[in-house]
Amino acid sequence: MHSLAVVIDALPSILSGSFITLGIVFGALAIGLVLGLILAILQVYGKAWQRALVHVYIWFFRGFPILVLLFLGYGLFVALSLPVQPFLISCVVLGLTSTAYQSQIFRGAILSLRPGQMQAARALGMKDSQAIRSIVIPQALRLSIPGWSNEYSILLKDSAICFVLGTQDIMARTAFAAARTHEHLALYACAGVIYFVLTLVIVRLLAKLEKRLHIPGYTSVSGEAL
Amino acid sequence: MNDQAILEVKDISLSVGSKTILSHCSLSLKRGELKVLIGPSGAGKSTFLQCINVLTQADSGQIFLEGQEVMTKNSRELCLYRTKVGMIFQDFKLFDHLTAIDNVAIALRKVRGQSKEESRKRAMQELVRVNLAEQCELYPAQLSGGQKQRVAFARALAMDPLVLLLDEPTSALDPELVGEVLAVIRDLASHGMTMIMATHQMDFIRAISSEIIFMENGQIVEQGPPESLLGENARSRTKQFYNSLASV
Repeated sequence: MHSLAVVIDALPSILSGSFITLGIVFGALAIGLVLGLILAILQVYGKAWQRALVHVYIWFFRGFPILVLLFLGYGLFVALSLPVQPFLISCVVLGLTSTAYQSQIFRGAILSLRPGQMQAARALGMKDSQAIRSIVIPQALRLSIPGWSNEYSILLKDSAICFVLGTQDIMARTAFAAARTHEHLALYACAGVIYFVLTLVIVRLLAKLEKRLHIPGYTSVSGEAL
Repeated sequence: MNDQAILEVKDISLSVGSKTILSHCSLSLKRGELKVLIGPSGAGKSTFLQCINVLTQADSGQIFLEGQEVMTKNSRELCLYRTKVGMIFQDFKLFDHLTAIDNVAIALRKVRGQSKEESRKRAMQELVRVNLAEQCELYPAQLSGGQKQRVAFARALAMDPLVLLLDEPTSALDPELVGEVLAVIRDLASHGMTMIMATHQMDFIRAISSEIIFMENGQIVEQGPPESLLGENARSRTKQFYNSLASV
């Protein structure tokens, strides 16, 4: 029963770490959403040099391990004498990485829109920027939700690695308690369950959102078609 | 009676690689005229229409609207011009994420800067005009082909265009739905809407068009009123084409 007591003892600390974890993940998702959309639009509608630049960006973040990027980010913050806050660095590094992956989710969605949507908007006198904002993005975002929910669940678990910078997230607090009590098995099982629950809850919420934004005959609802 | 051309297109040429798609195509439209583009598929009818509202940029040529040359390289001027020249597509191209009424209202909001209420009120008037008031809250996927095309008409008409370009508006429709779309076109023609239409509906053309323009291999081969091109004694290329369609 000793391990149970240790877990109960450490639980408040680990749980409060989940706020840090979620903070990093949602911060990174938000950065990735905004920048990823911009990159996707440049990749689909941009000039050749813009597409080439996006390509380089994506391959950089696709090709480097997150751990390497985190230390690179850390080094960069130090070199630029920016405030070395682990939370901030984690957010930015994971955000820029997620940008690369999210841009591909959005690009796929934009390319799968029915052809001629842009053309129809132009024919009505819309500028390209208006057409992208009011016709392309609303459709592409709807189609992106399943891929996006996948990205969330990957990012949530990738965020565990940020503890190497000293963030006080779920992983860091668990590691701390484990080092102190040597109850690795029970404590890490507990951390695993917390990550699992956070994945489940948010993915479910996103599926609800998808259902709510569902357009009859256009988007399909998760689970409706295999 | 205003005799000045409302829309004039001069010497539009377009080639892709070494292939000539359009060669020196010109056209002039007076207020209230309905001109019809016909010809075998691949003749360049669709491309010609696309070049007229610059969805495809021609290699050379000029466009005049109400006597003023349109500077198509200037994006602002181009957008303004396109609001005055409406387009109807063969495959409707409705905005899939918007209901019928919002399909009509969105350009009023984004391009004309109207408020939500104002734009929806106007959109509703246009839907009533094409007899779709009851379907206003349905999404495109819930409408039949004929209904979709009528929403597309409402969408184009809401911008108060001076000219309407129709690219085979009935070709993608089931035969029994063609009539409802032709009825809309007939109604527009009787209210004096100026139109250019690419179509294969020959009987409709005879009944309603002011002029037939026959295209082949990217060139305008013949043009003239239907009675002279299709009349009893006509020996035109158009008549030949007409007979070949009729004999099928």
